[in-house]
Amino acid sequence: MTSNVQRSDATRGGFWSDSGKTGLTSWIFSTDHKRIGLLYLFSTFSFFLVAVVLGLLLRIELMAPGRTIMGPQTYNAIFTVHGVMMIFLFIIPGFPGAFGNLVMPIQIGARDVFFPRLNLLSWWLYIIGAAIILTSLFTGGGPPDTGWTFYVPFSARTGTNVSLAVFGVFVVGFSSILTGLNFVTTIHRLRCEGMTWGRLPLFVWSLYATAWVQILATPILAITLVLVMAERLLGTGLFEPAQGGDPLMYQHLFWIYSHPAVYIMILPAMGVISDIIPVFSRKPIFGYKMIAFSSLAIAAFGSLVWGHHMFTSGMSDTAILVFSFLTFVVAIPSAIKVFNWISTLYKGSISLDAPMLFALSFILLFSIGGLSGLILGAAATDVHVHDTHFVVGHFHYVIFGGSGFAFFASMHYWLPKFFGRRYAEKPAVIAWVLMFTGFNVMYFTMQVLGMEGMPRRYYDYLPEFANLNLVATIGSWILVTGLVIMLVNLFRGLLWGEPFEGNPWGGATLEWSTATPPPTENFAEDPVVTHGPYDFTQQD
Amino acid sequence: MTMNEQHHTISYKSLTGTWVALVALTALTVAATRLDLGGYKVLTALTIACIKAGLVIAIFMHMKYEGRLLRWLLFLALVTLAIFIGLTFFDVLYR
Repeated sequence: MTSNVQRSDATRGGFWSDSGKTGLTSWIFSTDHKRIGLLYLFSTFSFFLVAVVLGLLLRIELMAPGRTIMGPQTYNAIFTVHGVMMIFLFIIPGFPGAFGNLVMPIQIGARDVFFPRLNLLSWWLYIIGAAIILTSLFTGGGPPDTGWTFYVPFSARTGTNVSLAVFGVFVVGFSSILTGLNFVTTIHRLRCEGMTWGRLPLFVWSLYATAWVQILATPILAITLVLVMAERLLGTGLFEPAQGGDPLMYQHLFWIYSHPAVYIMILPAMGVISDIIPVFSRKPIFGYKMIAFSSLAIAAFGSLVWGHHMFTSGMSDTAILVFSFLTFVVAIPSAIKVFNWISTLYKGSISLDAPMLFALSFILLFSIGGLSGLILGAAATDVHVHDTHFVVGHFHYVIFGGSGFAFFASMHYWLPKFFGRRYAEKPAVIAWVLMFTGFNVMYFTMQVLGMEGMPRRYYDYLPEFANLNLVATIGSWILVTGLVIMLVNLFRGLLWGEPFEGNPWGGATLEWSTATPPPTENFAEDPVVTHGPYDFTQQD
Repeated sequence: MTMNEQHHTISYKSLTGTWVALVALTALTVAATRLDLGGYKVLTALTIACIKAGLVIAIFMHMKYEGRLLRWLLFLALVTLAIFIGLTFFDVLYR
């Protein structure tokens, strides 16, 4: 198998072989943005798969009332580790790290990012942080059981290994800041001739907005986690009411980062969708400027709505009013995007290839997730569904149905470009049907369960919730079956599949104008851009 | 971006003046705690602290003599921080 992979590396051409270097060190010490992108892709996706297995275990536990396969302590630890891995090790670094690195420099016509070595350092920081998080699971008091939010006072008191886990997240945070810094600088300074701000692909615009959130919000999480460590190790009492501290202050600090963080997760996904939909509709994107502007607006307003996580925490009513209002404001730029995608489809010549199927399902799943978010953003209804499975369903609709499906869309859309081989179309469509079906069966049922009052983060429940929980668990099996088919198909296709050459999708952005796979410095000669990113008249 | 390579020598007079202003503002902070300002006492303390930090950044840290881009970047970061703290106060002040 190794020899097969190596043989196909050599025949693959482009950046796989033109540097003349081979072996592990040519990857883990490479400063080529494409190699770093693939490193990010494989490392983040590995954590995704581990976390999927953990999620599956949670669903199996909830299949029937009472203890099914694990007790409460194990359940608490597993949902914590599932959340920490999915959020901090997969979806936050995944999009900018993997597809941002792979595609963004080529899309703006650059040879690499502005700080290639900083880029490598940021991957290493990610790996070191991830290793620390993994270590925390097997040392000290065992895996943390606080939930991924590390709420005080419990996180300050629990005997599990919270200190080391939050330190790991702290290190991963630096990786995120460096990537953001690198991308802002790259987009400002390395655009090729003719690549004006009005000709930037919308994926680049979305990464630009994301990068600012990474730079400005992540340090606040870092400080907050240091304070949790200080609380545990030094007993500072900042968040401990008995010592005059304020536990709500922790929630403020945590969500000041972690709400904008969901925009780090969703914004690049929206960018991918804005790139894929015009290509498979053979029509320029509708409302380019508004989509670009709405990315910035989401990044700005999304940073001011964190308090909607705290409506039932005992926060002041004035604050609830302000944060609820701001939450509704942020729905406007999100809706602008959805309307513009739909308008792009209108009277387009739509071809339903695998990337497009994932992109279309993104629109539906994200809309369901977004609208259920308004139910949570309205203070009155939030009181009813707070901390129920409704929240779990909402969150997975946005982040899995949104970012996750967009991630799969990008895997089908862009990876053949970098591997020079493609997957088989039919299994990809079958996988999509299964995933889309399983997803809705699982998470829509969860939302209904939440409406009926089933709380989240309990390993057991009342007998009246039994039927719907069984349905949700069956949904998780359908979803995972689709996921496995998708991955096997992608893996086989990218390694041994049909050759992928030229510009089969007919994209008008710069990555489709260079060789497949792209050479190490991306272009044989520096490109000059003469038309917009969605101007297909050049080809037709 | 033009890097400002020149070194500005700031006179002892303005350095001492800044130091005196900082000490005076510290005294003001202490004095303000004796007034009954209710929920606004934190706001008062923070305002004075901001002025002090501004003086240190502008004069001791030479930001006053830096290029426009650098000043705007710092300003942006500080405004972001101010908004975060400000919105948090909707809770703390009215709880």
